[in-house]
Amino acid sequence: MVQFIGNMSFTFHRFFAIVMKEFIQMRRDRLTFGMMIGVPMIQLILFGYAINSNPKHLPTAVFAADNSPFSRTLIWGLQNSSYFDLTREAHSVAEINTMLAENKVQFAVTIPVDFSRKLLRGEKPNLLLEADATDPSAVGFATAAVSQLATTVINRDLIGPLTKLRASAPPFNIVSHQHYNPESISQYNIVPGLMGVMLTMTMIMITGLAITRERERGTMENLLSTPVHPAEVIIGKIVPYIFVGYVQVTLILLAAKFLFNVPIIGNVPLLLALVLLFIVANLTVGITFSTIAKNQLQAMQMAFFFFLPSLLLSGYMFPFRGMPVWAQNIGECLPLTHFLRIVRGILLKGNGINEVAPDLWPIALFVAIMLAIGIKRYRQTLD
Amino acid sequence: MSSAFAIDVRGVTKKFGTRTVVNNIAMQVRPGEIYGFLGPNGSGKTTFLRMLCGLLTPDGGEGKCLGLDFRRESPEIKKRVGYMTQKFSFYEDLSIEENLEFIARLYGMPNRKAAVQKSLERLGMVERRKQLAGALSGGWKQRLALAACLIHEPQLLLLDEPTAGVDPKARREFWDEIHQLAAGGLTVLITTHYMDEASRCHRLAYIAYGNLLAHGTVAEVVKFGGLTTWEISGDNLAALADKIRKLPGVEQVVAFGTALHVSGRDEKKLSASLAPFMTGSQRWEKIEAGLEDVFISLMETAKDNYA
Repeated sequence: MVQFIGNMSFTFHRFFAIVMKEFIQMRRDRLTFGMMIGVPMIQLILFGYAINSNPKHLPTAVFAADNSPFSRTLIWGLQNSSYFDLTREAHSVAEINTMLAENKVQFAVTIPVDFSRKLLRGEKPNLLLEADATDPSAVGFATAAVSQLATTVINRDLIGPLTKLRASAPPFNIVSHQHYNPESISQYNIVPGLMGVMLTMTMIMITGLAITRERERGTMENLLSTPVHPAEVIIGKIVPYIFVGYVQVTLILLAAKFLFNVPIIGNVPLLLALVLLFIVANLTVGITFSTIAKNQLQAMQMAFFFFLPSLLLSGYMFPFRGMPVWAQNIGECLPLTHFLRIVRGILLKGNGINEVAPDLWPIALFVAIMLAIGIKRYRQTLD
Repeated sequence: MSSAFAIDVRGVTKKFGTRTVVNNIAMQVRPGEIYGFLGPNGSGKTTFLRMLCGLLTPDGGEGKCLGLDFRRESPEIKKRVGYMTQKFSFYEDLSIEENLEFIARLYGMPNRKAAVQKSLERLGMVERRKQLAGALSGGWKQRLALAACLIHEPQLLLLDEPTAGVDPKARREFWDEIHQLAAGGLTVLITTHYMDEASRCHRLAYIAYGNLLAHGTVAEVVKFGGLTTWEISGDNLAALADKIRKLPGVEQVVAFGTALHVSGRDEKKLSASLAPFMTGSQRWEKIEAGLEDVFISLMETAKDNYA
């Protein structure tokens, strides 16, 4: 009689059987396959083209009570900054308030009656910039642009005897450089991050269904009656989706380069190698969920429970350093947080393996824990 | 094989919560035997089969399955057992051939292509090999499931209501195949509701509410049931049935097309109750009790004892 203990070990032929089956099923399930390719494309277009955290050409109303050359220069300067589109002219304060309240304009600029007189007298008149700040991120950059403008734009009109009115030079100059993305183009940040978000979403969702589907269709009973080992099932189900993950990554990288012109400074092969770890991390989450969930719906719900904090706390949606410490701590536990640093680091900063290493081991640790839970939770009986 | 039996288990028990689904069942099945496993729905037949092949953990019991400890050596038992589930449980989105290949791979068949080809030929599905399993009719699904269970050449076949919803011709062919396999030395444990199928088994066991009520050959089980049955044919059977149903000793009154079967375990009481009615124009004849009558009688008794 053969010793049965030795027979519970991992064997390649059974593992391969699962892999082949999953590939065939993936090919047959057109809808899911379409989703795996379609979702990244939709996200790319939505996030890549539609979301802009540095919006320009915002509708602006002007109430120029003082009709002087200075006013005209100022208006010309605002328009030229490209942040403001002077879409409306107001004739009273009340009109401005209405426009702001009715969401007709994002900004309103009021040039007071005695603006030029005070300016000539050196009394430093006020220029009022009112903003609809319900969405702070929409007005931040534009407001900053105005203060810059105020000190410089008038200077060209202050010539001859008026030269002395030019804004006196501050005691020191602030020289600010925006590294890696000097023009603050949102896509540079969003598109590489999208790679992580998309992999998290599709990988967890699809594998989350993997084992629950077998249970719901009754094929699990059959599978369990064969000598197949839990690790063979779990790893066998993961492998085909690694390929899908790479298809998605390739799509995003091509889009980043050719559609969004994201500067790819770093080492792409290095990124492709490290992506594997992140894909596996998400797949193990999905598989573990599907060993816990009782049906496909539950698996789906669990996937969303994981996806939401990943999206919100990873630093994809909101700046990571802007979050309170407890939120940062949760974020640190999520693989997406670390992957975002890796992918942005490699693509935008040209980081190498040494710079990204601190973000690698947390993902590896995450995989180990999830895989252990998954294999432990996988029930080898129907009890 | 170290044991003279393919299955030799005792005291097998399974509880779901506080409910005992399988209660202290013993079973001995000889190699090459077709052993029928009968009982009403929910009587624990499926649970028993699942415990035998390691799908459920028994709460009690001991014994051997194919010479292996059925509680500790289930991974090894799984390799030698073919289990056909009640519901079709192969992949509907895989073709016939892909399903067979998958199973052959799982069992690590050394000559996979040949095994699949042989299986397809025996099924008569060589031309339809590319067809998706989900597109097959009930009868063909059942044949595919049987073929897939046999591909690794198991020593024991566990069939859970394999012929439910299959037409009579396909059922007959199925049973012919089972007999051929058994003749080749394969042991078959099969659950069924059909009496004609029960009588095609070498031996059978009847289980109700988790308890084994009778076992043996068909004749032995019938004898064990101890039923006396009268067959009455003629006119006005329905009126007669109403009159005698409630009489002492009358346990079953079953109407057939042109006859009435009246059965009871207490022969004297039954005859005494029926005697006044035997004067009419109907023809009365004492016959051997049918398997179905015996099972229903056993089930009624079991309900009184355990329910």
